[in-house]
Amino acid sequence: MSATGINWFKYSSPQAFHPLAGRMIPWFAAAAVGLIGVGLYVGFFVAPTDVTQGDAYRIIFVHVPAAWMSMFLYVIMAVWAGIGLGLNARPSFMMAQAIAPTGAMFTFLALFTGSMWGKPTWGAWWVWDARLTSELILLFQYIGIILLRSSIDDLRRADRASAVLALVGVINVPIIYFSVRWWNTLHQGASVSITAAPTMAGTMVTAMLVMMLGFWMYSIAVTLARMRCVIVERERQPSWGKNASIQEVVEAR
Amino acid sequence: MSQPSMSEALRGVVRRDLLLAMRHRSDVAMSVFFVVIVASLFPLGVGPEPAILRMIASGVLWVTALLACLLSLGRLFTADYLDGVLEQTLLIPQPLAVLVVGKVFSHWVISGLPVVLLSPLLGLQFGLGGDSLVVLTLSLLLGTPTLSMIGAIGAALTLGLRGSGLLVALLVLPLFIPVLIFGAGAVSNSLAGVGSEANLSLLGACFLLSLAFAPWATAVALRIALE
Amino acid sequence: MQWGSVAEFFAMGGYGLYVWTSFGATALCMGGEVLAVWRRSAAAERRDES
Repeated sequence: MSATGINWFKYSSPQAFHPLAGRMIPWFAAAAVGLIGVGLYVGFFVAPTDVTQGDAYRIIFVHVPAAWMSMFLYVIMAVWAGIGLGLNARPSFMMAQAIAPTGAMFTFLALFTGSMWGKPTWGAWWVWDARLTSELILLFQYIGIILLRSSIDDLRRADRASAVLALVGVINVPIIYFSVRWWNTLHQGASVSITAAPTMAGTMVTAMLVMMLGFWMYSIAVTLARMRCVIVERERQPSWGKNASIQEVVEAR
Repeated sequence: MSQPSMSEALRGVVRRDLLLAMRHRSDVAMSVFFVVIVASLFPLGVGPEPAILRMIASGVLWVTALLACLLSLGRLFTADYLDGVLEQTLLIPQPLAVLVVGKVFSHWVISGLPVVLLSPLLGLQFGLGGDSLVVLTLSLLLGTPTLSMIGAIGAALTLGLRGSGLLVALLVLPLFIPVLIFGAGAVSNSLAGVGSEANLSLLGACFLLSLAFAPWATAVALRIALE
Repeated sequence: MQWGSVAEFFAMGGYGLYVWTSFGATALCMGGEVLAVWRRSAAAERRDES
């Protein structure tokens, strides 16, 4: 700690994290806007029309980043949940709480844009292949975590219960993926390569990766902003800027 | 007086729960009648054509068993929670996970086993033949305890919450899906003449995995709910 | 620039409806989320001040 001169553990207190997050958000927001802008430009004006799928393939520039973020965010949320349970650390639980809505939003987007892509390309709004089915279950799991938290009034119990649920769910998603894939290979005619992306030209891959990075920066920015809200909502301390009455101290928790 | 061993504690929990259930025999009947009624709804909705019924049989019967398990989860911990017995159970020196296994086992004997025993009759209603009936019963025999163990996690997480009935369904159904896929798959494979060994093995694996982890997760959830 | 005209760009080779619905939904969701967090932040700060 003294080697770098920075005491990182100082930021594990919500009071210290709040202004730090506030300073970080504009950078991530700017990065998000920049990357998404570049990604859209490359995706629409540089990447060529696909031979097999026409211009409909361009949906992957939002579909794949959204799907990837939905899964990535779930894992990160589960990691924070695990840390919270292991270290009994309130800020870790708050981080998990801040991530969930964004993850759910991206899961929904992945499903919606996936439908939009599937209809013109393969003629169906929905197919029960492993990837889409896993994504659907992931959405249910996100919603379950959010609803469980909001159903429990006691903050400590809410934190810990939703953390357990998040961890149980992390194991479930790969199991669902493999069981549905296995189930599909037995019921031939369902899918196999139905959601395979087209063999992609270099510019297509670039656009997709840039968009993915942009979504990632966006997620960090939004999560940090939501974390600040959570901190203020939960941690209203009398010392947070001004003097408090006895009433406020009693109400703070 | 010496401390009871783990197996003694386990047997004690099972004996108590089964004794209590004997005094409320309607609980057993409820699961059975639910499954019978719901299974009858599908032919009424879909039409009596035997070919179609045989095709949907595996899925329908498995989903019905799954829903019966889901609905019975409310009874797993609630009674003990409401009269304070559950808190006392947490104070027992034996590992909570072992006691959970006992509770889930008794719960399964009351709500799950009757469904397993009834399943051949229901299978006949859907036109399933000899081999498929055996596979159906076997798959439910392996699957329903697994569902009970996984469901216990949800029951523990939502203990005492308002609206917990629906909430537990939302939490637990995603976790039920792999068991459903393998279970219904076993029956439909046997109908198609393809072997069901793979599905049944996977069901067995799910059972063992859930036996290894679910009681522990349930114990953690119970402590969280009651502290 | 690979689009002959603005009209071609919006048509997206006949798939315009699907492509623009997707991007539109994305923009709506992400923009909506930003708005929601902003409003939540304002409400939290307001309540904190009172």
